[in-house]
Amino acid sequence: MTSTTKPLANNAELNSNQPMNIKIDNDAKKAKTVVIIRKIVVYLVLILLTILCVFPFYILIVNCTRSNFEIQQGFSFTFGNFFTYNWNTLFDDTNIPMTRALLNSLFISLCTATLSVYFSSLTAYAFHQYNFKGRNILFTFVLLIMMVPTTISSLGLLTLCAQYDLLDTYYPLILPAIASPITVFYMRQYLDSVMPKELVEAARVDGSGELSIFHRIVMPILKPAMAVQFIFCFVGSWNNYFFPALIIQSTNMKTIPLIIAGLQASDPTTFDLGKVYMLMTIAIIPLLLMYLLLSKFIIKGVTLGSVKG
Amino acid sequence: MDKRMKINTRKKKMSYAKWGYILLIPFFVVFIIFQFIPLMQTFNYSFYEYYSIGLTEIGPNFVGISNYIKIFQGSILKYAGNTIILWILCIIPQMSISLLLAVWFTDVRLHLRATGFFKTIIYMPNLVMAAAFGMLFQMLFASNGPIVDLLIGWGWIKESFNIGQSVWGTRAVIALMNFLMWFGNTTILLMAGVMGIDNTVYEAATIDGSGPFKTFFHITMPLLMPIFIYVLITSLIGGVQLFDVAQLFTAGSGAVNGSSKTLMMYLYKLIGTSRNYGEAGAVSVVLFVVTAFLSFMVFAFTHRNENKLSKKQKRLIKEYRLKEDTQDD
Repeated sequence: MTSTTKPLANNAELNSNQPMNIKIDNDAKKAKTVVIIRKIVVYLVLILLTILCVFPFYILIVNCTRSNFEIQQGFSFTFGNFFTYNWNTLFDDTNIPMTRALLNSLFISLCTATLSVYFSSLTAYAFHQYNFKGRNILFTFVLLIMMVPTTISSLGLLTLCAQYDLLDTYYPLILPAIASPITVFYMRQYLDSVMPKELVEAARVDGSGELSIFHRIVMPILKPAMAVQFIFCFVGSWNNYFFPALIIQSTNMKTIPLIIAGLQASDPTTFDLGKVYMLMTIAIIPLLLMYLLLSKFIIKGVTLGSVKG
Repeated sequence: MDKRMKINTRKKKMSYAKWGYILLIPFFVVFIIFQFIPLMQTFNYSFYEYYSIGLTEIGPNFVGISNYIKIFQGSILKYAGNTIILWILCIIPQMSISLLLAVWFTDVRLHLRATGFFKTIIYMPNLVMAAAFGMLFQMLFASNGPIVDLLIGWGWIKESFNIGQSVWGTRAVIALMNFLMWFGNTTILLMAGVMGIDNTVYEAATIDGSGPFKTFFHITMPLLMPIFIYVLITSLIGGVQLFDVAQLFTAGSGAVNGSSKTLMMYLYKLIGTSRNYGEAGAVSVVLFVVTAFLSFMVFAFTHRNENKLSKKQKRLIKEYRLKEDTQDD
């Protein structure tokens, strides 16, 4: 509270050479109550938004601990005892290759994030360090393609994959990550702000090759940015639905989003709702927990890359 | 000695610039194979009659612009309208709430506590799998789902309802999901913008007795405009691509008479279900033109400040750049 009144006190001080001290006192009091009222309103709105954000996930977690029968009986705020039961029925269901889907999603996301982060760093470093002809034009080009969504070329990519027998494989899902303009842009912003070019010159004098300079000097410097981008790429790939839905056909190759979408094709009245809620919990909650652990780091990363400095 | 060193460095200079190109190879090769060629292929298909009925494939036969005529005589305008409606329903609360939060979080006089906690919470839905989120809301809003249950329990409504059968109900819920997923992100971006405003301006305003409303409309808003518009247009580009949430919430049907069917859902159906590659190509091209136009706006906008500079400033910058260029390899 003391710190909120500070600017007001300064304000009063500034005006104190005026004769009407009492009036100023009244004004300060009035201003103080206004701030308190504003504070109450602000906190109310914030709490309301927090509830709005958390409530769906709360229902999700509650319902994954309740049996199908309990869920159909109606909603309750208390947890049930069917967590392990739902877990087992989900993983034992032969129609839903849950373990396989989890591993598939994990594999694709890890590969995508690794490739994207490594090659984007490399590309960003090339733009940052070397002064070659056409550098600005090429970088402008990267900025331009950053805005055009990849979904637009998905028809062409799909037919291309069909031509080269790449349908129902992970190559078209993983390899395009090597060219991720957004990550390149982010990495370059980071490099431009933290890396002095003299560092590389010093390493050259010591006789290091260009690639080994990148691996041994630039990459350690880029670590914080790489970590942030790794998380974003991982999450993006984990959640990706549009293109995998077109490419993947066989059940064993499916990722989590495809499994979830696949449930809708079956008759909803035959659903074991506990199982469905459990599936969605597994799709959503682990990532959220990871996020909550790293949130400070991630939120800082959002502004770093998105707003041009 | 001196001369020799000079020659030596010049030699190295040339060889170093070469490394710039070498390191760019992976990016551009992959870009050409996985994005550029497919994009050209997509453009190409839009001029061909090319579809499958069952196992028989028809085409590709060149038909000129008849695919475009077909989609415009069909429902593309309706789906474009739906997409815009869903975007507007979402963007109005999203921008207003985010602006409010950004101003509140950065207001020194309010001195809010636990802003870190609130920021963490409001950004959280952004990371959720959109497909799972759509499915979750479908179940939450089902006619025997938790929301209906709670509303009946609290006595707010008398009997169960199915929101999927209401045109505006479905649109509202889709907009709500999108709002939840994106308002945290927007808040954080706008906050960075507000914090970038020179603090002395606010101090001066406070001393002059400017209240929060006046300060907001006369100082914050005008100075925030560039970032505000940047966020608005990028969100429109995202809005054009609205897919996962709407697809899963309406189980691919797009609700009553396809009233919540978006452009991307239309494209998905053309490629995946109907396998009508000709028309899908035409829809993709239309989407490309729209997003390219919007991207160009963003680009022009972010570079506008540069163009506003006076001739002298431009010259100085150019000289500075040249100096910088000669300094590095």
